[in-house]
Amino acid sequence: MKVASFGRAAAILSVASLALVACGGDNGNDGEDTTTDEATTEATDNGTEGGAEEEASGDLPSAADISGNFYGGGASSHETAMLEWISEFEGQSGGAAVEYASVGSGNGRSGFLSGEYQFAGSDAAMDEGEYEDSTNQCGPDGAFHLPTYIAPIGVAINLEGVDENVNLDADTLGSIFSGEITSWDDEAIAEHNPDLDLPSTNITVVHRQDTSGTTENFTEYLAAASSTWEWDADGEWPSEATAESAEGTGGVIGLASEIDGAITYADAGRIDDNFVTVNVEVGGDYTEISSEAAAAVVSASEPAGGGAPNDMAFEIARDTEEAGTYPIIQIAYTIWCNEYPSQDDADFAQAFAAYIVSEEAQQLAADVAGSAPISEELREEALEAIGQISAG
Amino acid sequence: MSSDESQSSGQTLQTRSGRRTRSSEATGNSLASGDRAGAGLDRGFAGLARFAGIGILIILAFVAFFLVYNSWGAIYHDQDGQADSASFHIGEFISHAWPLVIGTLIVSVIALLIAAPVAIGVALYISHYAPPRASRSIGYVIDLLAAIPSVVYGAWGMTFLAPQLVPLYNWLNEYLGWIPIFGGSPSPTGRTIITAGVVLSVMVLPIITSVCREIFIQTPKLHEEAALALGATRWEMITMTVLPFARGGIISGIMLGLGRALGETMAVVLVLSSGPIAWSIIQSGRHDTIPSNIASNFPESREGSVHWHELIAIGLVLFVITLLVNMLARWIVSRHKEFSGAN
Repeated sequence: MKVASFGRAAAILSVASLALVACGGDNGNDGEDTTTDEATTEATDNGTEGGAEEEASGDLPSAADISGNFYGGGASSHETAMLEWISEFEGQSGGAAVEYASVGSGNGRSGFLSGEYQFAGSDAAMDEGEYEDSTNQCGPDGAFHLPTYIAPIGVAINLEGVDENVNLDADTLGSIFSGEITSWDDEAIAEHNPDLDLPSTNITVVHRQDTSGTTENFTEYLAAASSTWEWDADGEWPSEATAESAEGTGGVIGLASEIDGAITYADAGRIDDNFVTVNVEVGGDYTEISSEAAAAVVSASEPAGGGAPNDMAFEIARDTEEAGTYPIIQIAYTIWCNEYPSQDDADFAQAFAAYIVSEEAQQLAADVAGSAPISEELREEALEAIGQISAG
Repeated sequence: MSSDESQSSGQTLQTRSGRRTRSSEATGNSLASGDRAGAGLDRGFAGLARFAGIGILIILAFVAFFLVYNSWGAIYHDQDGQADSASFHIGEFISHAWPLVIGTLIVSVIALLIAAPVAIGVALYISHYAPPRASRSIGYVIDLLAAIPSVVYGAWGMTFLAPQLVPLYNWLNEYLGWIPIFGGSPSPTGRTIITAGVVLSVMVLPIITSVCREIFIQTPKLHEEAALALGATRWEMITMTVLPFARGGIISGIMLGLGRALGETMAVVLVLSSGPIAWSIIQSGRHDTIPSNIASNFPESREGSVHWHELIAIGLVLFVITLLVNMLARWIVSRHKEFSGAN
């Protein structure tokens, strides 16, 4: 009998831990999950405010005309911002209820392509095969990407005795993160920081333990810009270069803030006062992390091409030499159909997409999640793309 | 008690549920003006019990089917990107899986090496040394340990225990570094496989303790008194009567603890800086366990991708290991049937 009751306790515990793992999420939006309910229940009744809304383009449907249930799903990286957007949009709408499920980029894209979602959120652009599929679902022009959430990834250093930002170039970053440079007073670091008095503390690299878009974008930067980093871009940290690791953005920040000499990478919005950040060398200058510099690198990037005529997926210029840009960024796209099966869906897509790219929504995301608001020219381009949405 | 009622319950149910029927005799009688309603209730309950029993088998079968069905893609899949080149990749999967299996076993063995002796000691103290009132409250506190969620253990291990163990690891490395398991450069944070093992040992302690305590209490008083009467000290009495009597129960308790340690996810995820396998158990970023690897990588793996299949397949491997451990425990217990607490 005793044994049976322990089996039961163990079963309950393991279920509880599963649930907790499921909430772990990707980019450290831990604890934000609860807002989903609020977002959906807040939906109704206060549609009267809607009149105040409507950005730039006059011929897009206004939020106040939208009602009904709409679904989206995908990346968890922009979850915090997305939930805020949804809750604001619902407040302005004439009774629309929008739900966003953080099921991961890949699952979001496949849910979108199977018609389950009206829009998808994704850390990566669709590949060719997926675009082919989207021409079945979204009319002859298929689906297109909007770069609605630009998140700079900061390289954070916790080093006693250093309270100014540290200058580094891509090669030195590569050597540090692959474990070749082991001490902060190394020649290679000092060379970039003649004014800093660097201690001889050991460097402890802290990286993400779970597969994550942050790791993928960071390793993509290292792989493209650094000659000392030998591995390809991947969401999982290369096993040959493992050091200390922790689960989620909150985990790495928490761990790194306890270790003197720690260096890690994380969403800029989550890096707190325990750290100094790295000014990355681009085109001979050291660029401090900032919203403007992050948005600037998107403007300096080439369109990925190969998709819909109004597609806005980018090949981020990681190895750009344009001064004033900060190349370690992550873009979360929202993916939309060019042609929706019903007028209601098309109106919703236009109104919601237009709201997301609006200055107000972008600033809201910057406030709650520390993202970089998109530039004015990107916004104009996006509104033009949104204008192409039609009902089939 | 009417003789036909006890007969009918004896036919359909085991004695234990028969006893329950008898204890609710009063309600049974008032409900059943004749025997027909009582027999109907009896049959109904028997059906429910049977349904529950078969239901658990069906669920297990579904889990096993799901795992096997989805594991297939891990060993039989396309070469990257080439659609018509499906072939077996067993070697690839094994090279992915074996470090995780070894890591899982290492952490479980460390946990048991620490927990088993302590648990047996605590159980003996409660059953044979402590005054009755103290033994009840100690037993209660130990049971309470089992009710703490594993994330809490994980958080404790991560923020408190791991940094405390760093000096110990440095010492081990300095003086015993010539033994491979204490070699390498010791972790500056203490987030190592051995710390994870220590945290797990606290988690499995209550399970082993409870089973052992129940068994120790059941030692026949006559044996104990006979040993004492022959002039044995208390310790001799325990080694002569209690421990031989309880051997099967101790082993089944340890196996239950092993089952818990093998499957523990959250605490390991939080405590361990994972990485590839290595000899040293005090180095940073080494070792990983099956459950923590699945938990870390499953949320971001795309359904249907090879990596996704691999994660399910490694889950199947854990399922099989746990099954083997349970069967082994059953087998050992069955050899000491009359003493075991698990039957």
